[in-house]
Amino acid sequence: MTDDVTTAAVAASPATSSGPAGPATRASARGAGPALGGRRRSGAAAWRKRAEITFFVAPALVLFFMFVVWPIVTAVQISMFKWKGIGPLVDFVGLQNYVSVLKNTLFTDALTHNLIIVVVSIAVQLPLGLGIALLLNRKMWGQGLLRTLIFVPYVLSEVVAGVVWRQLLVPDYGGIDAIARALHIPTPQQGFLGTPDIALWTVLFVLTWKYLGLAVILFLAGLQGVPEDLYEAAQLDGASWWQVQRKITVPLLGPTLRTWAFLSMIGSLQVFDMVWILTGGGPVGRTSTMATFLIYQGTKSQAFGIASAASVILFVIALVLAVLYQQLILRRDTHPDQPRRKAKR
Amino acid sequence: MSASTLTRTSAPAPQTLRHSKKFDLKPSTAVVYFISLVVVALTLGPVVYGVLGGFRTNAQIAENPAALPRPWVLFNYTGVLTNPDFWRYALNSTGIAVITTALVVVCGIMAAYPLARYDFKYREGVFMVFVVGLLFPASVAIIPLFILITQNFHLGNTWIGIALPQAAFALPTTVVILRPFLQALPQELEEAAQLDGASRIGFFWRILLPLSGPGMVTVGVLAFVGSWNAYLLPLLLLGPQNKTLPLGVADFSSEHGSDTAGVFAFTSLAMIPALVFFLAMQKRIVNGLQGAVKG
Repeated sequence: MTDDVTTAAVAASPATSSGPAGPATRASARGAGPALGGRRRSGAAAWRKRAEITFFVAPALVLFFMFVVWPIVTAVQISMFKWKGIGPLVDFVGLQNYVSVLKNTLFTDALTHNLIIVVVSIAVQLPLGLGIALLLNRKMWGQGLLRTLIFVPYVLSEVVAGVVWRQLLVPDYGGIDAIARALHIPTPQQGFLGTPDIALWTVLFVLTWKYLGLAVILFLAGLQGVPEDLYEAAQLDGASWWQVQRKITVPLLGPTLRTWAFLSMIGSLQVFDMVWILTGGGPVGRTSTMATFLIYQGTKSQAFGIASAASVILFVIALVLAVLYQQLILRRDTHPDQPRRKAKR
Repeated sequence: MSASTLTRTSAPAPQTLRHSKKFDLKPSTAVVYFISLVVVALTLGPVVYGVLGGFRTNAQIAENPAALPRPWVLFNYTGVLTNPDFWRYALNSTGIAVITTALVVVCGIMAAYPLARYDFKYREGVFMVFVVGLLFPASVAIIPLFILITQNFHLGNTWIGIALPQAAFALPTTVVILRPFLQALPQELEEAAQLDGASRIGFFWRILLPLSGPGMVTVGVLAFVGSWNAYLLPLLLLGPQNKTLPLGVADFSSEHGSDTAGVFAFTSLAMIPALVFFLAMQKRIVNGLQGAVKG
């Protein structure tokens, strides 16, 4: 501690007299330590530090603001106009687009589908992913290979996976119907994707297939962080395998599970590619999502005001759910004994 | 860099080995293998079906959709490989993915450095900007982006016109993964560098950058595969000449809807690069994600 004080004092003096390069550099390097020597820094060093920070952060911030923030702000602006995509924004309609979107049953159905996808994705993938992760978290031949193979669907693009599944699910001539025939399982006449009552569940099945591998890999990564001595202690106490998993593994995996659920939730709200390729939102809108609704409005109907209003609503819903999730669930992951981690949240 | 990779990859392994010996005795290994194989079969089934489908004729598929190729035919695959469109799509995908990855990695590591290791007033605020950015779906901004790229910047139909927004949307994930990674580098390293007279920029170049190799590979691969697989943005921004592979796959499959075997061949070839690339990097990805999710 005394060392820090003296360094700060030394650092402060040369800048006031002549400010040679050497000590100034030294002073700025000193500031890198968290909460050390910050207060007494000289003006030149502080300026230099500010310049460095700007230099490092600016490219990312410029890119981010130009291509993410600005378009979203513009979307809010467009959402208040009646606009066909050509010419200036003149036909101001206020919140009318929002009213018509929220009154549109096509949109509210799409929103319902999104919420079903959020809930079912978590409810199915969490236990399934956790089970597989626990199963694979043991010494066995080919463990690495198994983990890799389970991850394959996640790596494929949704378009590629969607096209393969669409071919598989073609009624009568698809692979799925052929397998079902061989096993004497009845299949829907219009196919799994063409029958209104089961289309959404089929899409959910394909989404689960696509994203289960991510859950497994993340959970396996989280399992690596469970301290070994806890297992040893539990074993000394004579705990069974199930007790160990329930009382130690799952609680300690909590932060991983909660982070994954968060990512899954946000992803489920934004689902587009897979649905667009598999069904285009049909049959009769039974698999539509908020994203397919707004792209349809934007590209097919040229109703950019409506599409923008829908996109803003989608964003607000995502934001509200994220904030609620953060406040109610992720909050508990803040560890008071790890100030750095705490700062991150 | 190799040393740090080694410690990162080898450190957790002994734990798993020891713990599994003690506790995973109950569900016997045979059962575990059986379940694993079922899971892998369900996972890989559709992919294998598609690849094999490319080796069959449409007549074979119509006759028995679930059979093996008999005889194996190559013309679906040779047809795709001699199709100039396929190679043009592949070139476009590669160009766009390389530019996106370069932008993401350079901007990402630069931004993550002060956010991880400088102490300044707006640090958490700037970081929160990126965290909130995780919530921005590309579909929300897609219409203004279309106008911005095509009308304001006249970059419609160009590689850079796709790469810039893709990189911007990949930045939040990148910064969120890299920051804890950079924070985890020991403080002693930085102090030692200071004692040797290194400035913070010197520390960045000579110590932090080489040590961040694994982290940068992680975010780089994620950005590359993300760009390679992207659909919505290229769909709206690229004209017929500059399509990427996913667009090509989608179009091919709807134009040649009756040519199931051809679609399978086209799709299978389109999935290869990302798959090979990702599997080669798989271990590093998992290590990188580990750091990100544990936080």
